[in-house]
Amino acid sequence: MSGVLSEFLQFLFSGLTVGAIYGLIGLGFAVIYNASHVINFAQGEFVMIGGMATVFLMAAGLPMPLAVVLAIAGAALVGWLLARIGIETARGAGVVGLIIITIGASILLRGLAQVVWDRNFHPLPPISGDAPIHVFGATLLPQSLWIGAALIAIMAALRFFFDHTRTGKAMQAAAIDPLAAQLMGIDIRRLVRLSFVLSAALGALAGVLVAPITMTYANVGVMLGLKGFAAAIVGGLGNPLGAIAGGLVVGIAEAMTAGYLSSAWKDVVAFVIILFVLLFLPNGLFGRAEVHRA
Amino acid sequence: MSNQLLQRHGGLALLAAIIAAGPLFLDNGFHYNVAILAGLNAIVCIGLNLLIGHAGQISLGHAGFFALGAYASAILPERFGFHPLGALLTGALLVGLLAFAIARPILRLRGHYLAMATLGMGIIVSIVLDQKVDLTGGPDGMVVGDLTLFGQALRGNLAWYWLVGALLFVTTWMALNLVHSPVGRALKAVHGSELAAAAMGVDVFHYKVLVFVLSAVLAAIAGSLFAHYNGFVTPDEASFIHSIQLVTMVVLGGMASIAGSIVGAVALTLLPQLLADFHDYEMIVFGAILMGTMILLPTGVVPTLAARIRERLA
Amino acid sequence: MALLRSWLRKAAAAAVAGVAALALVQTAPVRADDAKEPIRIGSFLAVTGPASFLGDPELKTLQLYIARINKEGGVLGRPLKLIHYDAQHLAKKAVTFTRRLLEQDKVDLIIGGSTTGTTMAVIKLVERAQTPFISLAGASVIIDPVKKWVFKTPHTDRLAVRKIYTDMKKRGLTKIGLLSGPGGFDKSCAGNARKLAGKYGITIVADEMHGKGDTDMTPQLTRIKNTPGVQAFLYCGFGAPTSIVARNYKQLGMTIPHYQSHGSASMKFIKGAQGGAEGVRLPVAALLVADQLPDDNPQKKVALAYKQAYESAYDDAVSTFGGHAYDALMIAVDAIRRAGTTDKAKVRDAIERTKNYIGADGIYNMSPTDHLGLDEKSFVMVEVRDGTWKLLK
Repeated sequence: MSGVLSEFLQFLFSGLTVGAIYGLIGLGFAVIYNASHVINFAQGEFVMIGGMATVFLMAAGLPMPLAVVLAIAGAALVGWLLARIGIETARGAGVVGLIIITIGASILLRGLAQVVWDRNFHPLPPISGDAPIHVFGATLLPQSLWIGAALIAIMAALRFFFDHTRTGKAMQAAAIDPLAAQLMGIDIRRLVRLSFVLSAALGALAGVLVAPITMTYANVGVMLGLKGFAAAIVGGLGNPLGAIAGGLVVGIAEAMTAGYLSSAWKDVVAFVIILFVLLFLPNGLFGRAEVHRA
Repeated sequence: MSNQLLQRHGGLALLAAIIAAGPLFLDNGFHYNVAILAGLNAIVCIGLNLLIGHAGQISLGHAGFFALGAYASAILPERFGFHPLGALLTGALLVGLLAFAIARPILRLRGHYLAMATLGMGIIVSIVLDQKVDLTGGPDGMVVGDLTLFGQALRGNLAWYWLVGALLFVTTWMALNLVHSPVGRALKAVHGSELAAAAMGVDVFHYKVLVFVLSAVLAAIAGSLFAHYNGFVTPDEASFIHSIQLVTMVVLGGMASIAGSIVGAVALTLLPQLLADFHDYEMIVFGAILMGTMILLPTGVVPTLAARIRERLA
Repeated sequence: MALLRSWLRKAAAAAVAGVAALALVQTAPVRADDAKEPIRIGSFLAVTGPASFLGDPELKTLQLYIARINKEGGVLGRPLKLIHYDAQHLAKKAVTFTRRLLEQDKVDLIIGGSTTGTTMAVIKLVERAQTPFISLAGASVIIDPVKKWVFKTPHTDRLAVRKIYTDMKKRGLTKIGLLSGPGGFDKSCAGNARKLAGKYGITIVADEMHGKGDTDMTPQLTRIKNTPGVQAFLYCGFGAPTSIVARNYKQLGMTIPHYQSHGSASMKFIKGAQGGAEGVRLPVAALLVADQLPDDNPQKKVALAYKQAYESAYDDAVSTFGGHAYDALMIAVDAIRRAGTTDKAKVRDAIERTKNYIGADGIYNMSPTDHLGLDEKSFVMVEVRDGTWKLLK
């Protein structure tokens, strides 16, 4: 009996850990979407930059905390550049055009990562070691606890930001009605740039947190980005906290599929979820009515 | 009217001339290889452009249809004893049915959501191809037998060049006819404004589905031919990056421009070969092209050039 | 805004001009070479990506020794020229690059195919082009059934499984859990594991698989760990996943004996496992423990010489993978010398007649029915202790 419980717990821990990461990435999608109605296909690459930059800065001799800070700052800068060069200059591109631009940015960033850094797999040292913690017969990595703690801290910080700061409230206003917000004197362009910077930082942080468990490499952002998007739309595209919940849902679904069905179909889970939500639950679990239907 | 006819037939004649003159300039097997691949990509792109450019939809998963056609030609003869041509037709038929089945729910979405839905479909195809190892050989792919026409195995670059060239010609002719037909005009109306088109009695949805299925079938046929020509298929044929490459060819060449699809396909098939010594930088160039085209030349190379020329002549 | 756009326009125009210039340079006629036409050796390897700890030392070895041979006067008075591409572990890239090597670069022979998948993908091409191909990959299916133009230098997975099962039988381990990945080598190794189990009195009580690109094998390992009666664990795979499996094994606190194949025969496996590789047992070419071999072992001298040369040229520990490349190159060069020409058919025949060739990874005796030429003598069981390899007696 305890074998069944410990097995279930093992899969659950695995699902929660990876789900928290998906949630952080989905959060990035939601923040950008709220400010600009753009789906940023390059979101996964911010995660990659966080992990890879940290690896290489540490290899160059920097202590880990400093490397992490610089890596996140670097990712934030890339986010700002993407907003400035990719989004703002693309007048007349339309929805399809913006999608293609962010996809292009994603490919460009991956290509740069392969050249500037390399194409191999790199581990990062975990924050507090890797001695497994035994819980009812299952094992939990200390890193997973750090990921959970970071998630809670970020949720609290964001709640404060959106509800109690001018900029945060401005972003909420812009999400609800951009025109009205502009008429009230809110500079949408500045908000869009800020949203990219914020999302990039969040993505990079996720990358640093997860690299000790899964290793990082130039293309790690592709699948992570797509799964983060699944998280975002499960939560309702535009609902930041919903994205986090969505991430946990996707992560647990994946882990249970891998554990009880077959790990072969693990990756399919996220995409089946995307299709299911798009076709039947377009507002996700918590979102507002957004999806256009014919 | 006659100007348009001249444009249409002039374009076709030019294409035929270029295809016919090709062998004079192609020196070795490798050159032929690039030309044949460019031709196959062009066939897919013409279909995809009808969907993206003319009907105003988007598909980030079209490589999935290509791959399904390719694997039909790999699996059906090898494991079920089909004749290669039979496998090709069966593959095209199955893909058409699949496209029809998914078109109805998916084409009700728009913009980002349509993009993500097609993306999801394409990736699911690639995962299935990866995982069903007993059937498909898994990530390491599988060998494909020869295409046999009238009992003869089609081998050799020259034979393939003529086959693909002929098919490209036929596809172009078909597409031109479609665009200048009532269906084409309906599509244009849909693209311009779905609401207005619907108000005018155009069955908007019907046309979207039609073009989607047509473009899927074209991709599947091109995929089958690719499988036989290459002698080998891998699940990468269905990958997201392959779908993006196809979209880039369409976007670069020019949306709603058939000539643009051919130009885009040729340019982007040629590019990795030109950069072969710098293949480390391939992704950087590719990403830059995607971004640059949409930011600076949103209508694509051919339409922009055509507009400039028209301006000069006016 | 307009300023940024116009700046972007100029940058784009410059880039296009640059690419056009590059294209022109590439298609320009090749300037006449020196008097001696080089012998062209083509190669496609997994230099980067998840199989990089196979292909990276392979490339380094080829470059090191080709430079040496050229310094000593080349082969048949002609210099060797290495034309190489990074196909990673991708079958699709392998096909593209091999086509390029055969039709554009017009190579005389090919040494490459770090992985089974990439090797199998190009066999049809090299057979049609009738060009000798020495593969650096593991699976027995590469040379069994024998193909006229295809040879290989690494030990097969079949030999590895036999070696591992012999060790398990010796220790009384009869019920095992098996994990394998999606690669050609993984499948072949797992297939042989299932086929040969009965012969050694072994039962596979858990048979799990992981997918391409998986970074978390804890679900599969959890199921293996919880299988009643399981006494040992065997992983069939190569490259980066071997480290992940070892780390997950440690993370789950597993204690049953842990075996891997020679797809893990590199220090990068140990380093990537971050401590999880301690105690792992695997069969490797004696090269990895050359200094622990008895002095009368005929391989010791060649292995130590290669180890010394490689480690002093590169800041990197030897692996059997680099050894395979060394052996392949030396066999090829020896065959060309014996044939007296680079005529592909004659070189192929000469390779097939390689007898008693002492290489870094083994002693080769090829024949028309055996295009590998290695047996179990050159394969030894080692255990990872204190972060390095310990020869098991």
